Amino acid sequence: MIIANNVTKQYGKLKALDNVSVKCNRGECVVLIGPNGSGKTTLIKCILGMAIPDSGFITFNNKNINKDWMYREAIGYMPQIGKYPENMTIGQVLGMMKDIRGGELTLDEDLISGFNLNALMNKRMGTLSGGTTQKVSAALAFLFNPAVLILDEPTAGLDPIASEIFKEKIKIEKENGKLILVTSHILSDLDDLVSEVIYMQDGKLCFHQSIELLRDQTGEEKLARAVASIMIKNTSSYNIIQ
Amino acid sequence: MKKIVKYILTDILRSKILIIYGFVLLTTSLSLFGLEDNTNKGLLSLLNIILIIVPLFSLLFSTIYIYNSTEFIELLVSQPLQRKSIWLSFFVGLIISLSLAFIVGIGIPVLIFQFNSIGFLLLLVGVLLSVIFIAIALWAAVQIRDKAKGIGLAILLWMYFSLLFDGFVLFLLFQFAEYPLEKPMLLVSAFNPIDLGRILILLKLDISAMMGYTGAIFKDFFGTNIGLLLAFIILSIWVFIPMYFSTRKFSRKDL
Repeated sequence: MIIANNVTKQYGKLKALDNVSVKCNRGECVVLIGPNGSGKTTLIKCILGMAIPDSGFITFNNKNINKDWMYREAIGYMPQIGKYPENMTIGQVLGMMKDIRGGELTLDEDLISGFNLNALMNKRMGTLSGGTTQKVSAALAFLFNPAVLILDEPTAGLDPIASEIFKEKIKIEKENGKLILVTSHILSDLDDLVSEVIYMQDGKLCFHQSIELLRDQTGEEKLARAVASIMIKNTSSYNIIQ
Repeated sequence: MKKIVKYILTDILRSKILIIYGFVLLTTSLSLFGLEDNTNKGLLSLLNIILIIVPLFSLLFSTIYIYNSTEFIELLVSQPLQRKSIWLSFFVGLIISLSLAFIVGIGIPVLIFQFNSIGFLLLLVGVLLSVIFIAIALWAAVQIRDKAKGIGLAILLWMYFSLLFDGFVLFLLFQFAEYPLEKPMLLVSAFNPIDLGRILILLKLDISAMMGYTGAIFKDFFGTNIGLLLAFIILSIWVFIPMYFSTRKFSRKDL
């Protein structure tokens, strides 16, 4: 569904993405992991067309996304740090997004009711706490029933209850055959969701494997431990105290 | 695009600064027309104020608005919208709101006291200057990521157009006083929309005699319909070029 081909992106001298090629298909739940600054968010931004790759290309449903914008209709994006116009209320932001997307969409308001956002509709975005903003971002990402969900650090600011609701929702959507692309550091959150793991480091894609294979290779049952054992093998950026 | 413009407009009109701008223009123009018994004189004083305030306010307001809307722009870019139409919506939203403030502030008094072709020309030039400086502001805002630097650039550009350029022209005139510079001056005036606007209105006011021989050449040229048309084409180019470059830059910008 999403294919990235030799994507390279440079910010000044820093190579944020170095010849990255990825292929993600329907019904998968792909987790992107890697140390801070390894290019996960940049890759997501390239897929969304918010950053433009210096070389290489990305296709979405076999169409090059360069110069295209309608493909974003099929993507729900939850940013790492949601930024919204400060003096709009939650209700206005949701209304605006519905208005902009237009058409007859089947709206999925599960998360709005799940997070109890209906009670907060008149609050201004500027006055919200980080966690509530995250909830709004999550609700927006799922609102239009998109075929692809891109979630950047989704559970980082959520409280345990919200986080549970959110994971349940991801599970349901995965079973509905949607592609879910998640970046996260909290791997224990994702144990029973993930089907594929992509590991990135210094802008390079280190490996892309199914979770079963990873478990077999490392002999670890838990995702977090499996990844940690690989990170330690690969990493030079952490000098772990021994 | 219409929908985005609608949201931008409600956002801009919610801020009180625009209302203050309109109100300041309104009181200035009313008091100027009230002070002078000759409305032509009033118009002349008003012209000088318009040529300073309108570009400055359009530049600053637009740059600051774009920088403050970074979040809004990021939100829109992740939606199924074309970047070009997002950027043009911001442009149109700013044009509508600033022109509205200008027309309320200057338009109403001018239409009361000077309901003739000069009054209309003044309004047209004022609106065009607003649009030109919005376009220049958008260009500055898209080029520079840092807010303080971007606003600084906007102020520098305003200083260039309203102060430095005139100094430069005077310098040229004095340095080349021995040469017939009247005709090249026509060309030079095209490089500054503020000057072009001033020349157009001064010529209509029939005080071009005060500008000496250069004034006569200007009168010969801009006094004709073709000259007038050409002047407006040049002013439109001043809108089109910055807009073209900023749209191009915005379509390729990393957010």
